[in-house]
This record gives sequence, C-alpha cells and structure tokens, in this order.
Amino acid sequence: MKFSLSWLKSVLDTKADARQIAEKLTSLGLEIESVEDASAALTKFRIARVLTAEKHPQADKLQVLSVDLGDGSPLQVVCGAPNARAGLVGVLGLPGAVVPANGMELRKSAIRGVESNGMMCSTRELCLGEDHDGIIELPADAPVGTSFADYLGSDPVFDVAITPNRPDCMGVYGIARDLAAAGLGVLKPITAVPVAGSFACPVEVRTDDPEGCPAFYGRVIRGVKNGPSPQWLQDFLKSAGQRPISALVDITNFVMLGYGRPAHAYDLARLTGAVVARKAREGETCLALNGKEYALQPFMTVIADDSGVHDIAGIMGGEHSGCTEETRDVLLEVAYFDPPSIARTGQALALASDARGRFERGVDPAFLDTGMDLLTSLILDICGGEASEVVRAGQPPLTRRTVAYDPALAGTLGGVDVGAGEQKRILAALGFAVAEDWTVTVPTWRPDVDGAPDIVEEVIRVHGLDAVPSTPLPRADGVARPTATAAQMTERRLRRAAAARGLHEAVTWSFLPEREAAHFADGQPLWTLANPISEDLKVMRPSLLPGLLVAAQRNLHRGASAVRLFEIGRRYLRGEGGASDEKPSLAVVLAGDAVPRGWDARVNGGKARAFDAFDAKAETLALLAEAGAPVDNLQVMGEAGAQFHPGQSATLRLGPKQVLARFGMLHPATAKAFDLDGPVAVAELFLDRIPARKGAGTFARSHFAPPALQAVKRDFAFLVDAGVPAADLLRAVRGADKQAIVGARVFDDFRGAGVPEGQKSLAIEITLQPVEKSFDEAALKALSDKVVAAAAKLGGVLRG
Amino acid sequence: MENLDQHQAETLAAIAEAATVQAIEAIRVSALGKQGWVSALLKSLGGMTREQRHSEGPKIHAAREAVTAALSERKAALEHAALEARLAAETVDLSLPASETPRGSVHPVSQVMDELAEIFADMGFAVASGPEIEDDWHNFTALNMPETHPARAMHDTFYFPDRDAEGRSMLLRTHTSPVQIRAMLDQGAPLRVIAPGRVYRSDSDATHTPMFHQIEGLVIDKGIHLGHLKWTLETFLKAFFERDDIVLRLRPSYFPFTEPSVEVDVGYTLVGGKRVVGGSGDAPDGGWMEVLGSGMVNRKVIAFGGLDPDEWQGFAFGTGVDRLAMLKYGMDDLRAFFDGDARWLGHYGFGALDVPTLSGGVGVRA
Repeated sequence: MKFSLSWLKSVLDTKADARQIAEKLTSLGLEIESVEDASAALTKFRIARVLTAEKHPQADKLQVLSVDLGDGSPLQVVCGAPNARAGLVGVLGLPGAVVPANGMELRKSAIRGVESNGMMCSTRELCLGEDHDGIIELPADAPVGTSFADYLGSDPVFDVAITPNRPDCMGVYGIARDLAAAGLGVLKPITAVPVAGSFACPVEVRTDDPEGCPAFYGRVIRGVKNGPSPQWLQDFLKSAGQRPISALVDITNFVMLGYGRPAHAYDLARLTGAVVARKAREGETCLALNGKEYALQPFMTVIADDSGVHDIAGIMGGEHSGCTEETRDVLLEVAYFDPPSIARTGQALALASDARGRFERGVDPAFLDTGMDLLTSLILDICGGEASEVVRAGQPPLTRRTVAYDPALAGTLGGVDVGAGEQKRILAALGFAVAEDWTVTVPTWRPDVDGAPDIVEEVIRVHGLDAVPSTPLPRADGVARPTATAAQMTERRLRRAAAARGLHEAVTWSFLPEREAAHFADGQPLWTLANPISEDLKVMRPSLLPGLLVAAQRNLHRGASAVRLFEIGRRYLRGEGGASDEKPSLAVVLAGDAVPRGWDARVNGGKARAFDAFDAKAETLALLAEAGAPVDNLQVMGEAGAQFHPGQSATLRLGPKQVLARFGMLHPATAKAFDLDGPVAVAELFLDRIPARKGAGTFARSHFAPPALQAVKRDFAFLVDAGVPAADLLRAVRGADKQAIVGARVFDDFRGAGVPEGQKSLAIEITLQPVEKSFDEAALKALSDKVVAAAAKLGGVLRG
Repeated sequence: MENLDQHQAETLAAIAEAATVQAIEAIRVSALGKQGWVSALLKSLGGMTREQRHSEGPKIHAAREAVTAALSERKAALEHAALEARLAAETVDLSLPASETPRGSVHPVSQVMDELAEIFADMGFAVASGPEIEDDWHNFTALNMPETHPARAMHDTFYFPDRDAEGRSMLLRTHTSPVQIRAMLDQGAPLRVIAPGRVYRSDSDATHTPMFHQIEGLVIDKGIHLGHLKWTLETFLKAFFERDDIVLRLRPSYFPFTEPSVEVDVGYTLVGGKRVVGGSGDAPDGGWMEVLGSGMVNRKVIAFGGLDPDEWQGFAFGTGVDRLAMLKYGMDDLRAFFDGDARWLGHYGFGALDVPTLSGGVGVRA
C-alpha cells in the first residue's frame, strides 16, 4: 500500500513529519517497507531562465543556451530539446547533480566543441513523468535560482505492508485512523454529501446470488465528460504507483485506495437489460480488463446483463463494458461480496487484483452508501453530468459483533498494565464502542476482531509494545533436566561419529527428479508433487542415496579426488490411510580415492586405492555400533538391491527379515545413471529398524573383572568350498565352545597353489580364555577338536 | 709372577684394540675360558702352599677382575657404537607427510539445531517433531487458516494430488507450526517444546530456497503472557549470539495462529559493511532486522490442540534456522547449504568434537 504524505494529510490533520509518521506506523503494526522522497534527489537541480538560444555551430539539432540562475553570471549550456528557446523557465542540472532516471552524474563538458555547464532537464529525466519530447517548462514567474526540490515541495511516499487481517488499512483513511488513535494527529471526518437523484435509475439492478453478493447498489450518472483527471488526483494515484487512465477510472481507484472501497463504473451504452449479480453459468467466459479471457465456473459470482458477463464480481471488470473517453452515461456499482467466495474464485482463476485483495479480506459493509456518495460527488465535480436515484438491491451484513472484554487482560495476556481510561480512549479512537460493563462493540470495518485477545492487541499495539516488560519464564528447581529423546540422541551421536570418521555431512533436497527417485524406489509408491517448482524437485526421496550421489558427482566434476559424504534425514514412504511414513535414515557415499597415491611404498605400493565395498562395510558397522545396534549378532546377507553391484554388496540383518543396513559398490548401471565415472561405494542405514538399546535406563553397567589368567591364541586353517561365507565359518568356530572361545578372527583367505579348485583356505586365529585354571595340554586338545568338528559341519577340513 | 703381569698387559691391550664383539669374545675365551690363562692360574692355586696362595691369590683374582671389567667395558662401547651406526642408517626424512586422515564435518544447520536444543533445554524446552508431508488440517485449518483464508495463498504451498483417509489434502508443510498442534494433542499441557525441521515453500531466488529449515517454539501453561515471550526470545538470542547487548524491537503483526501477534526485530551494527547482531537498531551505525515471528497462541488453536483456552494460554514463535546460522557464522548464500560441496562443508562445517555445551559456550568461534 503506497501513498504520499499529502494524501495522508488530506484526511489526517497532523504536524508530524515523515520520519515520525513512518516510525509510528511500524510500531502500530503497519510495517514501513520504504519512505521515498522524489524531491530529495533534486536538491542540486535549480530553476533557470533561458536568456538566449543560438544554433550550435557544429550540429543542426543542438542549441547553445545562455542560462540565468539569478546571480547575474549566466552559464553556457548545450541543449538538444526542440522547445528550448529564449524566455523559457526550466530546470537546470548543475555539474555534480545525479540524474535520477539513469544515475549519471553531470559534469562540465564540451559538446561538439562547445562548452556546456549543465543540462536542462525533461520530466522523464527527473523521474517526474513520462514526457521526454522537450525540457520542463515552468510558469514564467517561477523563482529563478531556487532549488527545484524546494519549488516542487517535498511529498514523501510511504510504502506500507498491510497484514491480511487489516482490510481497513487498505485505504489511506484507515491508516490515518490508526495514526490518530496513536496520537499523531486528528482524523478528518469524511465529508461526502449525499447527492439526491434527479431521475429514477433507468437500469434494473438486482442480485440473484444473495450468498455471493448480498448487496448491490447502483446508480446511473448521465451526460458525463470523461477525460484526464485533475492534477491533484493524478498526483495521488501516481504516488500509489497507479497510472492515471481517465477521470472515471481514476475516481473509482481513488475511492478504493483512499477508503478501501472498490467500485466499478460501466459504460451504460454497452449494457443491455437488467444488470444482475448472479452465479456464472457453465461455459461462460469473461474477457477481463487485463486483456485475458477467463473461463468461469458455476460457483463464481459475476455481474451480467442480457448479453452476458461483464465483470468477475469483486475481482476484475470486463474489457467490453469499461469506461472510455467516449463514455457519456455510466452505471456505478457499489457492492458487497462474500469474502470466502471472492477468495475461492480468485484462487481458482489465479487472478490477483486490488479489488480482490480488499473484498476477500472484507470491506466495510456499512460503507456502501458513503462510497456511493464519494464517487457521485467526485464524478459530478470532475466530469459533470446528472445522477439518478440509487437502487439498493439486497442488504450488506451489518450485524455488529460484540466482545466481552476484561481490561485486566492487557496485563494477563498482553503482559503490560494499561489503565482502564487509556484503554477506553484507544478503543474509542479506533472506532470501538465500549459499554459500562466492558462489552466492546466492534466497528464494521474490522472483520478481524472477534475475541478478547484481539482487543488486547488493539490496546497494546497503540499503547506501544516497547512498554511490555520482559518477564522471566518460571524455572524448575535445580539444573535443567535432559530433554532429548533416544532417537534424537542416536542422531546426534551418529552425526558426530560420522564426522569423526572423516565424512562431511551434507544436507540435500528432500525432493528429486522423478528419474532419480524412481531409481531407488524399490517398488514402493512415491510421493509426487502436483505443483513442483521444477522437474528437478518433484518427487520425495525414497532414499538418501540419490541426493548424495548427485552431490558426489558435482564434487568429482569440480575436481575432487575423494568424496566422503553422509546425510542424516528422512526417506519419505507411504503410510496407512494415505498418511506419510517418514523414516530416519543415514546414507554414506564414498567416491574416488580411499587412499591417495603417496611416497610410502608400504601403503598399496605407493599407488592410489579406490574405495571398495569393505570401506563401505567399515562405515556401516562403525555407525551401526554407534547407533547401539548389536553388530556382533548381525548376519551378512545378499539382496542389497538392484542399484548395487550384485557380487559386491550385502545387507546386514538382525534375523533373516530385519534389514538394518545395506552397503557395497554401486551397480555400474546406477553409476552411469548418475553420471559417475569409476567405482562408488555406498551405505544406507535404516535407523528406524535399529532396536532400542537394552538395559538403557540405568547408569551402572553389568559386573566385569578382567580375567586373572592369560588368554591363549591358537591358529587353524581350513579348506572350505569357495562359496562358504567366511562369517559362517567364523560363527561356527566361535560357537564351538561358547565359554572358552572369546574371540575368533580371519587372518587369511587364500586360493591358488595347494588349494583345490573351487575351494579356499581360511586361516582363523582363536582366542581362548581360561577362567579358573590354565589350560593343560589335554584341555587344549579337546578345544581344538571341538573347533575342527564345528568347522567340519560346514565342510571345513583342517589343513595339515 | 712376571708371567701374570705380562699376560695381563697383553690381554688388556688386545681388549683395547678389539674392533668387534666377536674379537672381544675370542679374548674372553683365551683369558677366562676353561683353557684360558686366567683359569689356568686360578687352577694353579690348588697346588700352592698356604703362603704362596696368600701372596699369589689376590694377584690372580685382581687380574681376573681387571680383564673382566675391561672386556665388559669394551663390549658395551662396541655395542653402543654399533647401535649408533645402525640408527644413523635408519634415518628417515620426517619432513615427508604422515598418512593423511580425512577430516569430516557437521553441517551448519545441524550444528545450529544442536545449539538451539542446548539453549532451550536449559529453559525447560524439549524437542518435538512431526511429519514433513502433512495434511492441510494440521498445516492450515488447525492453525486458524480455513480454506479461504488469504494467508493460505501467501504460503506458496507444495501440494500432492493425494488425500488421506479423512479426505484431507496432503502437502509439504509450509512451516513447523503444525508441530504445535501435534505436541498439544500428544502431550497436553503444560508444555514447552521446540520443533526444528525442514519446511517447504514454492519459492526460489537469491535468498529463498524451496526447502529450508525452521524452528518453532511453544509454551502452554497458566498465566503465560507477552512479557514471558519477550524474555524468552531475548534470553535465547543473548545465549545464541553470546552477547549481552542484544536489543529487540517488537512490532505488532499478524499470524492467524497467534493473537496478539508480534514480529521481532533484532538490532544490528554495521561493521565493515557486514551486519553484526547486537546494539540498538536506532544507533547511528545500526539497523533492525526481522528475525522471528511470534505471538500469544490463538484461542482457536489451543482448542484445536485439544486444550481448554479458558484454562491454558501460551506463546509460540518461529524463525529460520538457516538464517540464524548465516547471521552467526557469516555465510551469505543460502543455496550453498544444500549443494553438498565438500569445500564449502569443510570451511563452514563444524568439527565432530564441537559439541555445544552451556559450560563451554554453545557457539564455535572462528
């Protein structure tokens, strides 16, 4: 909402300056976005009289002027304007002045060899209008030598952000009312005098849609002359950012911007038969004033005559029946439209307008007659003509709301005690009526106020929020209690554990291109946006991997030799009954070199080593352990998914069905789909499936004393089928004697010379822990036999 | 006993000249071994008279000790020299780089969320969460934004074509405020929660991304008023920026879910062209910037949360986590937050051990 200081002063008697007004508006909740003063940019432009104008010796279209600034020493100025002539009083920009239109600083210069000491300016150059056909011509008695800014007078323009609850402030008058209530002046009464009609309204006006259009007032004014509106009106509208069009249109805009009251003027000659507010009919369209054709739906209210729709009611008038220079007779429409209907229609048509903004927030239902009076008198004053009687179809909803209020609420809800007298004064100034018992009657222009808290807001915003003292929240005894949930603690631990392991935490988009999401859908139905901002941000991710792969790809393309990224976030699945099922997940992407080439030949012969599936496994197990998963009990199984290398990927399961994580090398086809060259290792942890840590809740741990006797290590090598997973053999061997065997690890996997085709040799180191007495030879032999027997169950044969 | 003196002198000389441990061993055998001259002399003591033993015994023992000591000393010297030589040969160039351990990082958004959780925990707030794919009842209706409410249109909502079992339109939550409703319905009152998380608006330019992070705060209790809100926000911002000169400016505003509604500006000072939070916005180098939206929870919202608005009242606030991170840690491009550029993460991210604590300070200084 933009308006000039002079417009404001036309309705508010105030001595306050622009800065005071701006500060007060912000403190009232009418937030100032900017205050602009066009004259501030013009202080270096002066009023000057052209004494002589001679033809430029080198150029046909230029003249050399001698220009007087009133100080008796005329300046030479080169000018190209056709209207530059001796005797003209105009505006001279002196060296150092900055031209508002283009930001150029003027300098003393030579134009085609003739010295020029400034520039005579056009209105467009000074941002005062569109005219660029010639230089500004001021009245002959304009005070030569004075600053043009002073001559113009300062008229700052306020730009105020109006919150959606304040339709009353979508007019200058409502803003003035707030300022007056806050002590910044006196609100001037509206001086519209009712104009009696001199003839019956010649058009039938009615509403057939009392729900969408409860009230439709109309009046004809005949014999008008529609031309440019007067300067004051044009200036007001320009300050509001509106282009003056013609007197009739400008007057309706003035009443809308000045009083928040939209209205419409039809060219009567374009109408046939009764003018009716009704619901649109199937298939009807309206060519609106913005030049676009709108297809109407039966829930929309329109204004129509016998020939068809002329107006999308309360939103935009039609091209066909709008006023033009030729208009002689007008029908004025001042109506009340149901705010929700306007909102629905506006949303469905995706059509925003000044009128819609006001009607959908709720215009003052008691202002129809005053609005009609304002419009009529302005039209008669400016365009002449003769007004008919007013036809009033329907009734606006005039019931006034009352609120039971308790002035103590200012303190108990608003946090600041305001005296009862002051509260009454504020409310009265805002148009509220306060009864003896503090029943507050809400003014018709405040559809937003419907409860006591709203009254508190009115009181404290005018009283000043600065006056609200800070009051500490009551605090529980002692130090703060822990508040994080188990899931939150797990995420925090994982995040820092992953970072400690050298991974960078990324935050990637929740939505993906359809192709990337589908690649990781694994047959689940995806969430696809109906109105994505772009095709790249369209489908909710079913996995964190695609987003990280794209990030990894970007890093590699930027020249990174190694990429280690992780993300903790949600994957979006479908739950029961159409609800969302969002699961916490952690994903890791490792691409490029796990170890860079280096000087130390002992490390991979000094060569770089690419990430492999075991790097992914290491991250997976370390992070699962941090999350509290029983990593020693997990089974390494297959079926990681089609996105993975079938021979170099696995799932980690707790029991055969519960997949806690998957990891491995990316399938080359997936890598290609994500434009990744070279092998990529990835891991994905399904945090929702990790069982809660057992025994959590106490601080004391289970009893433990380090064994007094020394542990013994024994090595075994078994020949097994190449297809037997090492983990299976390890688990079997470990289980051979659950008490004595406390550790078992594979330290060799050998195939080749000495090992039969189709088999492999797995070497296992077993740790035996004596409890009461050291193992003697017989005990060790017995344990060894158990180990060999356990291995034999998997076909393992002890190597000699 | 000239023989002894001569032997001893020769042996000691040989020891002194011995160049290797093996040579020392040979000398030891020739002197102290079973066939050695010292051993022979010792054996000869048995055949001597008592007087001879008295006079010869000490000399022979002295010779043995002298030789033993010389052997041991020389051997140690040789071993030492050998070690020195070996160590010298083992010299490596320690200016060569050690093996590199990659350094990971925690994303600024996560770090700031941890900081916020720490600060608010001290004020008794727990962390609540809710779904990001919401229904329009939780996201709008229960927050006092009925279908035709103009504020709905201002939210630039992403919709799904789907409806839930109750026929509610599914959408991406436009704010963290629906967590207010869920927290009230799940936990009842009194209640103090913050709810950080991802939110979505169909908006994209230099300062807006279609996904960003918000944090919501909600207090429901008896006798809670706007003064408590002001204190809470002041206290939070002072703790977050670790500055005592935080000045707030409260402005009346409008949110459908609060009444009265208050927009909160924080004063900043221009330092070298950059905004530094602190000081009054009305100071000569100062200005105000909007940081929080807040207000007293609307009675209708409390009722939608299953509580009696005549019994309970409270306040709510919301702010952008990414923006708080930018203000505190100086990033200037929101879009970089979601790019996953390891260089950016390495620079603006935080160390694994930078865990915010009240005793150590919740912020990490550059």
